[in-house]
Amino acid sequence: MSSYLVTVRPLEANTHERLYLLAGELTAADVERLTTELLHDPVAHTAHWQELNSSFADSAPAPCVEIAFRPGVTDNEAETILTGARHIGIKRLVQAKTIRRIRLPHQTNLADLQAYAYDELLNDLIETAYIASVPDDQGRRSFYQHLLEIPAPHTPSITRVPLRDASDAELERISREGILALTLPEMQAIREYFTIEQRDPTDGELETIAQTWSEHCRHKTFRARISYRQTSGEPPADRAFAALHPALAELEAADGAVIDGLLKHYLMRATEAVRNPALLSAFVDNAGIVAFDDDFEISFKVETHNHPSALEPFGGANTGVGGVVRDVLGVSAKPIAITDVLCFGPADLPEERLSPGVLHPRRIRAGVVAGVRDYGNKLGIPNINGAILYDEGYVANPLVFCGTVGIAPRGSHPRGVQPGDAIVVIGGRTGRDGIHGATFSSVELTHDTAETVGAAVQIGDPVTEKTVIDVLLQARELGLYSAITDCGAGGLSSAVGEMGEETGAQVELRDVPLKYAGLQPWEIWISEAQERMVVAVAPDNVQRLLELCAGEDVEATVIGVFTDDGYLNVRYAGQPLVDIAMEFLHSGGQRLELQATWTAQAPQTAEASARSDHGATLAALLAHPIIASKENVVRTYDHEVQGSTILKPLVGVGEDGPGDAGALQPRIDSLRGIVLGCGINPRYGKIDPYWMALAVVDEAMRNVVAAGGDPSQTWILDNFCWGDPKLPDRLAGLVRAAAGCHDAALAYKTPFISGKDSLNNEYRDAQGNRVAIPPTLLISAMALVPDVLKTISMDAKAAGNSLYLVGTTKAELGGALVAEVGGLDNGRVPQVDLAMAPRILTALHSAIAAGQVRACHDLSEGGLGVAAAEMAFAGELGMALDLRAVPAAEALDDATILWSESPTRFLVEVAPAHSGAFERSLAELPFARVGAITATPSLVVSGQSGVTIIEADVMDLKTAWQTYR
Amino acid sequence: MHKVLVLRAPGINCDGEAAAAMELAGAETALVHINRLADGSVRLADYAMLLIPGGFAYGDHLGAGRMLAVDLIHRLSEDLHTFVADGRPVLGICNGFQVLVKTGLLPDHAVGRATLIDNASAHYECRWTRLAANPASPCIFTAGMDEPFDLPVGHGEGRFLADEATLERLAANQQIVVQYIDASGLPTDQYPANPNGAARAIAGICNRAGNVFGLMPHPDRAFLPQQHPQWRRRGLDQAGPGMAMFNNAVKAMKRI
Repeated sequence: MSSYLVTVRPLEANTHERLYLLAGELTAADVERLTTELLHDPVAHTAHWQELNSSFADSAPAPCVEIAFRPGVTDNEAETILTGARHIGIKRLVQAKTIRRIRLPHQTNLADLQAYAYDELLNDLIETAYIASVPDDQGRRSFYQHLLEIPAPHTPSITRVPLRDASDAELERISREGILALTLPEMQAIREYFTIEQRDPTDGELETIAQTWSEHCRHKTFRARISYRQTSGEPPADRAFAALHPALAELEAADGAVIDGLLKHYLMRATEAVRNPALLSAFVDNAGIVAFDDDFEISFKVETHNHPSALEPFGGANTGVGGVVRDVLGVSAKPIAITDVLCFGPADLPEERLSPGVLHPRRIRAGVVAGVRDYGNKLGIPNINGAILYDEGYVANPLVFCGTVGIAPRGSHPRGVQPGDAIVVIGGRTGRDGIHGATFSSVELTHDTAETVGAAVQIGDPVTEKTVIDVLLQARELGLYSAITDCGAGGLSSAVGEMGEETGAQVELRDVPLKYAGLQPWEIWISEAQERMVVAVAPDNVQRLLELCAGEDVEATVIGVFTDDGYLNVRYAGQPLVDIAMEFLHSGGQRLELQATWTAQAPQTAEASARSDHGATLAALLAHPIIASKENVVRTYDHEVQGSTILKPLVGVGEDGPGDAGALQPRIDSLRGIVLGCGINPRYGKIDPYWMALAVVDEAMRNVVAAGGDPSQTWILDNFCWGDPKLPDRLAGLVRAAAGCHDAALAYKTPFISGKDSLNNEYRDAQGNRVAIPPTLLISAMALVPDVLKTISMDAKAAGNSLYLVGTTKAELGGALVAEVGGLDNGRVPQVDLAMAPRILTALHSAIAAGQVRACHDLSEGGLGVAAAEMAFAGELGMALDLRAVPAAEALDDATILWSESPTRFLVEVAPAHSGAFERSLAELPFARVGAITATPSLVVSGQSGVTIIEADVMDLKTAWQTYR
Repeated sequence: MHKVLVLRAPGINCDGEAAAAMELAGAETALVHINRLADGSVRLADYAMLLIPGGFAYGDHLGAGRMLAVDLIHRLSEDLHTFVADGRPVLGICNGFQVLVKTGLLPDHAVGRATLIDNASAHYECRWTRLAANPASPCIFTAGMDEPFDLPVGHGEGRFLADEATLERLAANQQIVVQYIDASGLPTDQYPANPNGAARAIAGICNRAGNVFGLMPHPDRAFLPQQHPQWRRRGLDQAGPGMAMFNNAVKAMKRI
């Protein structure tokens, strides 16, 4: 074995260099060929290679930082070098490592260099570094040798955990130290099961149960029985109100309420009550499924990947996208769109406010955005909708929501595991990455989480996932599998355990392909290594499936068989690791009983607005990070791949205005399309999660309707991100949010088709202070549009057109964004009028579908003022607006009309020829002509007194909005 | 028979839309994995045209398009050169262009004269760009495209780079086929009109014979009129701006 170092330098001045370590029985000619043919591009780089034990003098780079993945962490580029070497006929290369070198010629102080490297350049969890301020051959060489070291083999062993004789205190200790996240009653149930079995469980059995019973996999909180009461009641609701808000009325009963599972009582019940004829699968499969037309079905799933993204932002977000794409592949669909909604701490957070062990929000943001970009772009799936929010509550615990939409021929997703079917794992190899991901998501983050659960961090390999998608869609067409699921949280243990729930399964873990030696059997079984799918394959089809996969360089391996004995039977080299009844695994343990106590906030007293310069307020709002342009992020996501994006995320004359929703035409032979939008607003959640839920359902509906989506053919998904549900105040908010989802779904007749909860989003600092994230509910909406040519964009189109405001404005400044730029928060959280809102959506949609509307923009953060400015500058046209014409329920001052965030409101541009028809479409609903589009590019707003209160050049407003912080 | 081989490989991801565009132009297509060409079960010579679509072949590790180029050179070199010498059309879009440059099929049978590197902005960029085709170019794909047109780009490594002599030769031979232009219609090095900082605003080049063409922008995302971002403001055209290239490809196949 000999080892070599290849140094590749850009010809253009650049401080970044690539280094490669190569090891094997290589000749000088081999290394020369690898360097020339694979590792550098002579037009752009110079390259130099040497034996590792020769002097580095000629390339002394100090001061510099050299960064490599830790041994055992997936290094995709290094894998590619091995593949490339085989392709050019060099078979003796056995090991490759990649290193990035950053030269920092002005950093001569070692301590400064180290601090900079760890703060800005590398993530200690997955990477290791050589840092030198002066040349040091010996130090460098030992760093390289360390990277090439092969992990010491250790004998696989199966350990029994003495549980039968364990006291309750010991049970709790076993759960905590093993990061099992099992409660005492659950541990007791396990002790009881094994007492009857007359043996102690193996490490593998305990892990299997922990994965299966984890909050992540089983949604214990959403299935728990909850006793809810509130300490301060609101006045008893009148009957009409109660009819529109049945779930809220139930909660506000004098003696409290008992909820028989949030999922069942609110979400599933609402979906059943709505009776949507196009709904094909809700809350059952890996993704919700609806009919697209007679021939195709559309699936949609949104997941979160919060804790991994807090620790390793790039990898966390990267695998977040990879995971939710596999959910859609898990219903046999081709992924056709990605969405992402990101919540970060303020990007300008002062360093001294950061707790130890927490990455700065700027760094988290950069890593997360790059992670989403990398995976989505490489899979070739357009990212067409999303949002980015900032709040101090997300500093230690960012939220990363990733969604995927898929399409499949109707009825092509098989769900019938048969005893005798082979269990085949397809795709990536199994390594030690992602151990305890499922249970890790159920524990709060602390300042030293990074050290204890480092292995939970996963590294993505999008190209492997793409090849898996390629072969599995062919296998679906050929009917080669009888069931499919993704290998997500809990790894093989969950995938095989769920697929074999009704039958039984037998697995030989020695057959599972591994990335490297040294994994214990239980680690193989629960590893959450990425890019793996599990399929059930009838014996007659196994050979064809394996050949299909081999033909496209995708690894597929039979690891066991589905049985009919109702047992999960897992072995390693014949030795039993798991032998438990499926019945106990899936039904054992206790249902949680939880307490929820709601204390309504006292409404803040309204004070006079501090700022009366409305023009300055508008400019400040436009530059607020929540409202400001996200173009710098959106442009790095491919939103055009697949050629189906008919309404882009950025719209208008300059193709840089903030679109309300994205629209796709998934089939080239049909103009039928889908529109994707979303709603999220944690500031309302801090006041009352019930009204937040209504507001964000309304926002998601507004987005899709504004773009031309049909509200009667819209489906929604819920994603709750909350604090610790064992705390009664946190849980009460969660109950109220779920109740809001129920009431909204009924009022809009819009069913939930899928959902996910991510709880325990709390951070405990070194002093033991606990901080929960703001209560956060993301609603993702997908609407059908029968003809994509009827979709519209939000940019103003032509001078002379009328501008209408649809919907009623109220003094609803509770949680309003204007408060963050010196405006007024009157504590009144926006309240959706559930009687009126669906009527407005239906009427507006009919006007849009009839071609009466040139542009439509929904009013959200920043209210009328911001919506008007955005519409004007996106169209590079002026706008004259008269606040006296605004439909209002009460007497309002100028500031309130401009910045109130009352829901169900739209600005609508209508050509003179269509005004009559448009007004008839909206007859009997609150709307008014509030102004016109003008050729002079300035936004002119007349206040209540008739005088001009804002006059601003629209391009200046756009410049303010294009602030990237 | 005007059958187009649309190449698939690990990480290629624009094969579907490229095939759809070719079919709309009247061609028959087959999506063929590179392993089928390498193992001989599919012969390149049986096809009238080769289309290498966009994507991230082999993850674009070691440089965009590089690994697939290595694959083509080592597994198919002779077949490919015969195919090109026969005058059959070869189109590389985005990653496909990167592959053609790194195999040396573009500019002309030589590796190491030109390359595509990281965008000058140092990040991936998805946006529509304004382009002009060179009317004097021998490129068969852009015949008759006399007016400026729009196509989207989506890439992180699209900056065309070559030494001055190579650039001069490309210009003299009219092999600079498509350039990024500014509002006044002139080739530009200004971001974002030139989205990647390409030398001489080069968006696409061809070989001397004009039958091999590679470009960074995506005609395969612009073959339907409603794919254009401005149809709501300007009205719907008859066809997408990229369609002409696919129509020209079909015409060229008929001539051979």
